[in-house]
Amino acid sequence: MCLGVPMKIESIDGKRGVGSYSGGEYDIRLDLIEQPKVGEYVMVHAGMALDKLDEDQARQTLEALREFDELSGRVS
Amino acid sequence: MNFQEEFRNKDITRRLIEGIRNTAQTIRPVKLMEVCGSHTMAICRYGIRQLLPPNLRLLSGPGCPVCVTTGDYVDKAVALARISGVTISTFGDLMKVPGSTSSLDKERAAGARVHVAFSPMEAVELARANSDRRVVFLGIGFETTIPSVAVAIKEAARQGLRNFLVLNGHKIMPPALKALVESGTEIDGFICPGHVSSIIGTRPYEFLAADYGIGCVIAGFEPVDVLQAIHMLLQQVAANKPAVENQYTRLVRPEGNKAGQAVIAEVFEPADVPWRGLGVIPGSGLQIREQYAAHDAERRIEFAHEETIEKAGCICGDILKGIKTPEDCPLFGQHCTPVEPVGPCMVSSEGCCAASYRYLEKPLGKKD
Amino acid sequence: MGKKISLAHGSGGQLTRELVENIFVPKFRNDALSRLSDSAELDFAGGRLFFTTDSFVIKPLEFPGGDIGKLAVCGTVNDLAVAGARPLWISCGLIIEETFDIDRLEQLVSSIAATAAAAGVSVVCGDTKVVERGGADGLFINTAGIGAALAGYRAGSVGPGDVILVSGTIGDHEAAVFRVREQLGRKLDISSDCAPLNGLVEAMIAAAPSIRVMRDPTRGGVGAVLNELAGGTGCSFNINEEAIPIRDEVRGMCELVGFEPIYLANEGKIVCIAPAEAAGELLAAMRAHPLGRDAAIIGQVLADRRERVFMQSPYGGSRIISMPAGTQLPRIC
Repeated sequence: MCLGVPMKIESIDGKRGVGSYSGGEYDIRLDLIEQPKVGEYVMVHAGMALDKLDEDQARQTLEALREFDELSGRVS
Repeated sequence: MNFQEEFRNKDITRRLIEGIRNTAQTIRPVKLMEVCGSHTMAICRYGIRQLLPPNLRLLSGPGCPVCVTTGDYVDKAVALARISGVTISTFGDLMKVPGSTSSLDKERAAGARVHVAFSPMEAVELARANSDRRVVFLGIGFETTIPSVAVAIKEAARQGLRNFLVLNGHKIMPPALKALVESGTEIDGFICPGHVSSIIGTRPYEFLAADYGIGCVIAGFEPVDVLQAIHMLLQQVAANKPAVENQYTRLVRPEGNKAGQAVIAEVFEPADVPWRGLGVIPGSGLQIREQYAAHDAERRIEFAHEETIEKAGCICGDILKGIKTPEDCPLFGQHCTPVEPVGPCMVSSEGCCAASYRYLEKPLGKKD
Repeated sequence: MGKKISLAHGSGGQLTRELVENIFVPKFRNDALSRLSDSAELDFAGGRLFFTTDSFVIKPLEFPGGDIGKLAVCGTVNDLAVAGARPLWISCGLIIEETFDIDRLEQLVSSIAATAAAAGVSVVCGDTKVVERGGADGLFINTAGIGAALAGYRAGSVGPGDVILVSGTIGDHEAAVFRVREQLGRKLDISSDCAPLNGLVEAMIAAAPSIRVMRDPTRGGVGAVLNELAGGTGCSFNINEEAIPIRDEVRGMCELVGFEPIYLANEGKIVCIAPAEAAGELLAAMRAHPLGRDAAIIGQVLADRRERVFMQSPYGGSRIISMPAGTQLPRIC
């Protein structure tokens, strides 16, 4: 029940917005997003943006994983 | 940042798989359970199961709304579909789920108006554009989807659309997890649903680690996410330190989404509801509040449905609990197939049984 | 002649004759048809003939990249082409719903004519029936086609070591139609790939006469076709998921609604199995052709008697691609 895709907010009109994903633009609802801004990314499920995607957190996760040492299973 | 691409990085997944194998070598056999239909899908789609070490078993739990929706709910939907002037609006997932004698797909073929929706708002639009019809939206999701339905109900109320109704079958996850562990299912760790968690946060899972010693990792849905979550759980088992950890930090906040929680609480209230295979679980569901009763299909439409027949031999419940496998089922592969499914585990294309069915050995040259 | 089709247009009388003389004959323009006898008389030099038929009931009738008319020609032309035949003549049977707009009919017939001309085939015979309102979703078309065996080619048996190719991006047709039908996406540029493939097939056979088999992956997509091809061969197929060409817009739409691209219908693509030694030349010939620019090798044939289609994920695991159970439904789970 969790099929969701990340979309970039292209425009906002009250509680509605347009999100872009993989070459397409789709109508989305932004009722659950505090102060959405054009250019931010949100996770969209069944036409509803669930929350914002945090680029910093994403980068941190990826960086830690790049340092991942598979033998010890720890970040080196 | 391309969120999908970055979390599909093959170099990272390769090293995580290595890490999983290395950690698994240091521990006893482990059983992990994922409780989200989309995690089941992701694991199948990325071929993850085969990459895991032999002492790690991955079970699919009751996390797919299709799988845990009772036959009774489908029978009600079928009964409503048969009423003249009613249009059923539903997510595609529910179309082929068998009720006692019929399904929505079959009703559509027989002439009922059944609309496949991409969002609950579409159903509201349908009601607005067709004032001569009663549009009944089938609400069967978990916390990921419930806020959307709540918003849709509020919007219908605001617009005075008395012909927009919801057949409520919503469920919430944490009480089901408790019922699962209480029922004797032996799990060493849960892969927790990332999108449900984006709404409810991380705290609702804490009782599992604190009271039952079962670790939980909230995971996203890309291959990196699932593999990292599995690795984190194995590390917990290796260190004997069950905890609630968040792998999906780019989306899930510890407190969850307050606006989502608020809109759910505004429109719905807790209820004791039945889960297929698990029976009635206290506080595991929602019902529409009195204030919005005008949009509750069961309170607004007088209808009766056929007596719900439980299919003899169907053990979907035990499969969902992780205590039986598809091969244990007397109906599997013979009387219950993807083309003619008996129970929900076979309906969902990546449900336990549908997935196992593909791997069945077939006599040479015989077509599926 | 009025603006809308009426039951009288299908009755075989004056109004039918007007349709034939004012629309079909001028647009289809060939001697065999113009004679308007009960059967078309065709000259044939002899040899093996191929014969196929297909019916078209698509909704909506018009979609980005084509319409039911174009589809009706391509479907039959392509079935002949992938069997190794040069398509020559097609028939065109129309079942029209009463009150169908005649101007719209003319447009669709023009589309049939243009596609037939592009494919180098003649529409030599046809039929028109009209049914009451509600009887035909606007318009149903049946086409049957005759082709002559292409010299120097005969389909062969698939064996271990053979390679599997696809002529371009998958899922475009069904994604385009689905998108229009469901009004999905505010801006989503997906067009049907509907096209006559006989030119591409002739280029492929010229470069690699040792091609074992070709198919056009229509309903059920590449997934269904691979399963059909595997059955009875005593072999299995191994497909590399990353090698399958797919447009971003189609992939995105599929991810959004929960579709598997491998099961989506195509109307201008070829799946082909060929010996490994011919693969290089074959691929080059396909890519040199306008309809094969994105052609790719997507897998190989294995000496595995289970007749399964395996798909390797980019992460090292694999899964089984089985025969689809029915049309896909959008899902949230």
